[in-house]
Amino acid sequence: MSNHVTEIVIATLLFLLVSGMGFWAARWRRPSTMAHLNEWGLGGRSFGSWITWFLIGGDLYTAYTFVAVPALLFGAGAAGFFAVPYTVIVYPLVFAVLVRLWSVSHRHGFVTPADFVRARSGSSTMALLVAVTGIVATMPYIALQLVGIEAVLKAMHVNPTWALIIAFAVLAAYTYQSGLRAPALIAFVKDSLIYLVIIVAIIYIPYKLGGWHKIFDAADTKFKATNGTLLNSANEWQYVTLAFGSALALFLYPHSVTGVLASRSRGVIKRNMSAPPAYSFLLGLIALLGYMAIAAKVKPIGTDGNTIVPVLFDQMFPQWFAGVAFAAVAIGALVPAAIMAIAAANLFTRNIYREYFRPHAEPAEEATVSKITSLAVKVGAVLFILLINPQFSIDLQLIGGVIILQTLPAVAIGLYTRWLHRWGLVAGWAAGMALGLWMLYQIPNAATKHAHFGGSAFPLSKWFDPTSIGLNAKATMYVGFVAVLFNILVAVVVTLICRAAKAPDGVDMTAPDDYTADAGGEPAAGLAGDQLPEPAPTT
Amino acid sequence: MAAPPEPRRPATGSSRWHWLLIVPVVVPLLVFLYNSKDPYLFGFPRFYWLQLAFILLGVATTTLVYQLTRKRG
Repeated sequence: MSNHVTEIVIATLLFLLVSGMGFWAARWRRPSTMAHLNEWGLGGRSFGSWITWFLIGGDLYTAYTFVAVPALLFGAGAAGFFAVPYTVIVYPLVFAVLVRLWSVSHRHGFVTPADFVRARSGSSTMALLVAVTGIVATMPYIALQLVGIEAVLKAMHVNPTWALIIAFAVLAAYTYQSGLRAPALIAFVKDSLIYLVIIVAIIYIPYKLGGWHKIFDAADTKFKATNGTLLNSANEWQYVTLAFGSALALFLYPHSVTGVLASRSRGVIKRNMSAPPAYSFLLGLIALLGYMAIAAKVKPIGTDGNTIVPVLFDQMFPQWFAGVAFAAVAIGALVPAAIMAIAAANLFTRNIYREYFRPHAEPAEEATVSKITSLAVKVGAVLFILLINPQFSIDLQLIGGVIILQTLPAVAIGLYTRWLHRWGLVAGWAAGMALGLWMLYQIPNAATKHAHFGGSAFPLSKWFDPTSIGLNAKATMYVGFVAVLFNILVAVVVTLICRAAKAPDGVDMTAPDDYTADAGGEPAAGLAGDQLPEPAPTT
Repeated sequence: MAAPPEPRRPATGSSRWHWLLIVPVVVPLLVFLYNSKDPYLFGFPRFYWLQLAFILLGVATTTLVYQLTRKRG
């Protein structure tokens, strides 16, 4: 215990610094009133290039990424490196797709993806499904950020329970007060610390271990039996579909949408999407920390594989710098957790509370409801971690990725074409959801010997003989990818049936040029501010 | 209220240059390009350095498309 004192002191000081910033953020770029969802929940929709860059980085690269991706390489070899193709793919997708969402939301005052779906498909059912899917998928994601903090606390031999409760209470308090401005401001500190730690780590640790070739040799030795530092024909399809599916899932998550909608103009987003190499390189190098841990003969604490990065830092760095590194990971958890809680709260307020309980809620009332919901979301996340096995939250996060993908036809395809019928969207969502959950249920977990929900790699041999189409007999594929393909297929078929049966479609409240509008244009006629259209008849 | 808003100005910003973005989406998914150890670069097997290099491909493409579509929205 005593030999961790320096680490604990440094990490605590940095935590106090960012907490102070979080409270002060309410005064930063001070709005005339905070009692409006555009201010509290979207930071006034005014963020320029720099802030957006840090905010989206805060969204995409979370503490869990820093902890879990290296743990994956540590445990599974090359398959864990999927994070790199994923991060390459995600930016062109955001560039093309989310700028359209920004434009249409700017015109119509949408705050959440479900707001968009409501206006585009004319289906309040589909909007509700998108909102509920978003909230359910985000909750375990927030809980996972706590898993990141927990891993750090374990490495410092601090009792995680009380430290977690205090950290989250402080986070909840300043998010309540400052809204999206708090994580936006703290993201600067978070990223500066993370860059510092990673740059030092990738120079200093390989130097101490005798060079990169030693690190890769150690990994080769560990995975010798399976040649696991490369892909093989059994896991290459999983690798590709997971990278692609995760990239699609990422920008459907409500918190990524929040980060994008908070920016000032289309140009801000586009500029940002073409300048992310620092983040992506960082992620690739962070992933390789897993191999460094192999070379450094790191032993995880207990059975918690997520502790390998904190333990590696503890072993390799001097005490004071390990403290900085731990603070970086912990703060890296707080930023996305705050954005996610805000995004989930906005969904609840706009698409459940306002839609079903108080259709004429004033902006101030919306902001208040969102603030309270964000508190509830965080309390839920803490309870989640304290009462449930952390492994379970990781499984739930896998499920979260699969289910959020099922909003792809309504949100992402909806940004390009209105062709899919609203009932086709609903039917596709239900079909993709059912198939995805059923597939996940059938996947056993080899490590914990659980029969169900053991991962996201589905063995194709459960359905048919993969060798019959030229694949390896043990070939696996990412559940989310398969489920969303099925979703799209069902949506298309049901659309054709609805068209043939002349079933009434919803009214599209958006115009084609809404999708390319930029800042400075006037809001859509009759849709000024954040008024949503009246509900379309559902039958 | 239920009438869809009238179109105001012609669509800008949707450009066929956006199709270029398919390149950095597809290339990282072509496993055969990088699933090998040789050649090594700075001690990194090809599997690792080439995938990191794809980041540059992504950046170059998005920057190009940004510049090409800039004036048109």
